[in-house]
Amino acid sequence: MSASLEKGLNALREQIDAPVASFFTSCVSCGICAEACLFYQETGDPKYTPIHKLEPMRRIWSNEFTLLGRAKSMLGMGRKVTEQDLADWEELVYDSCTMCGRCTLVCPVGNDITMMIRKMREGMSASGNAPEELVAGAKRHWEKGSPMGDLLPALTAHVKNVEKSTGIQVNVDKKGVDYLVILSAQEVAVYNEVIEALARILDKAGVSWTFSSEAFEGTNVGIQIGSKDLAREFVSRTVNAAEKLKVKGVISPECGHAYQALRWEGPNLIGRTYPFEVVHVIELLDRLRADGRLKTKGMDHAKLTFHDPCQINRRGGINHEPRRLLNMVADNFTETEDAGTMNWCCGGGGGVGSNESATELRLQAFQRKKRQFEAVAPEKIVTMCAYCHHILEESLEHYDMDIEVQGLTELMAEYLEDA
Amino acid sequence: MNNPYFDLLMWARGPGFDIALTIMVGGILLRLVEIFVLGRKKDLAAPKGNGVLQGLRTVFTRSVPRKGAMKEAPVTYIAGYLFHIGFFVAFLFLGAHIALIGDLIGIQWPAANKALIEIATAIAVVALIALLWTRFKDPVRRALSTFDDYLVWVLSILPLVTGYAAVNTMFGDSTLMMAIHMLSAEALMIAFPFTKLMHAVTFAVSRYYNGSIQGRKGAES
Repeated sequence: MSASLEKGLNALREQIDAPVASFFTSCVSCGICAEACLFYQETGDPKYTPIHKLEPMRRIWSNEFTLLGRAKSMLGMGRKVTEQDLADWEELVYDSCTMCGRCTLVCPVGNDITMMIRKMREGMSASGNAPEELVAGAKRHWEKGSPMGDLLPALTAHVKNVEKSTGIQVNVDKKGVDYLVILSAQEVAVYNEVIEALARILDKAGVSWTFSSEAFEGTNVGIQIGSKDLAREFVSRTVNAAEKLKVKGVISPECGHAYQALRWEGPNLIGRTYPFEVVHVIELLDRLRADGRLKTKGMDHAKLTFHDPCQINRRGGINHEPRRLLNMVADNFTETEDAGTMNWCCGGGGGVGSNESATELRLQAFQRKKRQFEAVAPEKIVTMCAYCHHILEESLEHYDMDIEVQGLTELMAEYLEDA
Repeated sequence: MNNPYFDLLMWARGPGFDIALTIMVGGILLRLVEIFVLGRKKDLAAPKGNGVLQGLRTVFTRSVPRKGAMKEAPVTYIAGYLFHIGFFVAFLFLGAHIALIGDLIGIQWPAANKALIEIATAIAVVALIALLWTRFKDPVRRALSTFDDYLVWVLSILPLVTGYAAVNTMFGDSTLMMAIHMLSAEALMIAFPFTKLMHAVTFAVSRYYNGSIQGRKGAES
């Protein structure tokens, strides 16, 4: 690996733009961001204050991008960022931040701290300070197509099974259909029920779609690790496949970072707009509902609640869609406290869930969700991100809480009319 | 006319004020240029909402705390509001200040009565003390605090206290106190572009960026 301090510092310099400069200039160190942070709230440790997680980047900005800082630097004043600083900050930038975005929404001066963490990670990975699990995941993603290795054989098997059990033909590499469906690696590997659910819903709604054998999963370790070069490569795979198949749209899966990567960062990573639309699967289901093409029958009477994935709601703007869908099929849907835009993170997003060194902290942070779930006491938790799904299951098990977790697409398919 | 502090007051009102104002205005412009020259890349993702509108809206809406946020940091929020309100009432509605601003930019507005100004000043001072207390006592704020934070605290409280003292002829000679009041305000003005006082200008820029980034995605801000 050719990472070095100088590369890291250069990567950070490259990330400093007008918004970053404005944010650092505006900070009055009021500390309110800490109150919004899952990791500070559940540990009480001030080192988890979100704006503090950006200290090395702030120092570079101050030393090199401000008049006073430059004057100080010329006089040999102003603390420089060292190799050790970046090493020390790894825990703060990767293990204790899921880029959930709550701090961004409470900052009184409007600083988008989350966006700066994403930028800070560019410098961390370029200087060789990214967590080894994410680096290994990126390597597998690069070489084998997904951070969980080569998943094509698994997908092919699922496709065959779904065709057999439903009698619906599932296209692979079919040109000219409406949508290219992207899954999350977690769905292909573990929660593959979603494939059958989607096949049935889209078949009923008369939506034509296909998988691509070249790009079928949307996880983007490049975004989690903070490497725009890796992120560009992973997004390009999907873009290329979509262009090759000449689809009108790409369906982004129930996966938080995949949605950020594909829908919002993607065009900026590849430097051009897409010739197709990207729609989140839940957005699409809600559209089909509005058009009367998604019809359900019956109601789930179980007490259920919903977990908002940060990247899809708070940072993705999909808030009312899942609730409209849930209310179609559930008559005992109860929200947790702070549900919706200010929902608390499951604790595993942004790569945190894959960092071994973060496991203890993440489970401690989960206590917030635990208390909220205990207050509602649901029989089932519905969500729309396979990784949240995975983290919720793992954390619930850790705390001996016996609550079922289900993806929203799957729940909708259960109540599909004439199912 | 034979008050020994008269010359000092005259200097503070004349050249001193001009120097401070020049540094403040020039410094702010420079700092803004420093920010804007960095630019930002055009967002190529197809927008879902109107970023510009939401950005502008967020400049105002972010003045109100999110539901439930206030109880997480009551001292910071409440004292923060009280300080800003008190400071600006005292600054903008004292007759002498209005006359000064009127001389500079040619706009005048009605002054508030003395009692209101003094209550506002007292509230701002008490709020600042509460903010300093939470900065010392709360681990998050203590850890975040730098020299800049304490300097700005001192520079903010001095004009309030000295102004109150000068108007009410406290702490000795009122000419001297008025000179000190003006000099302390000038110190605040000079420090403005080079400290976190800049937030009083750039908060609007930051809130705009925040709102526009979220707004393009159709997300709340």
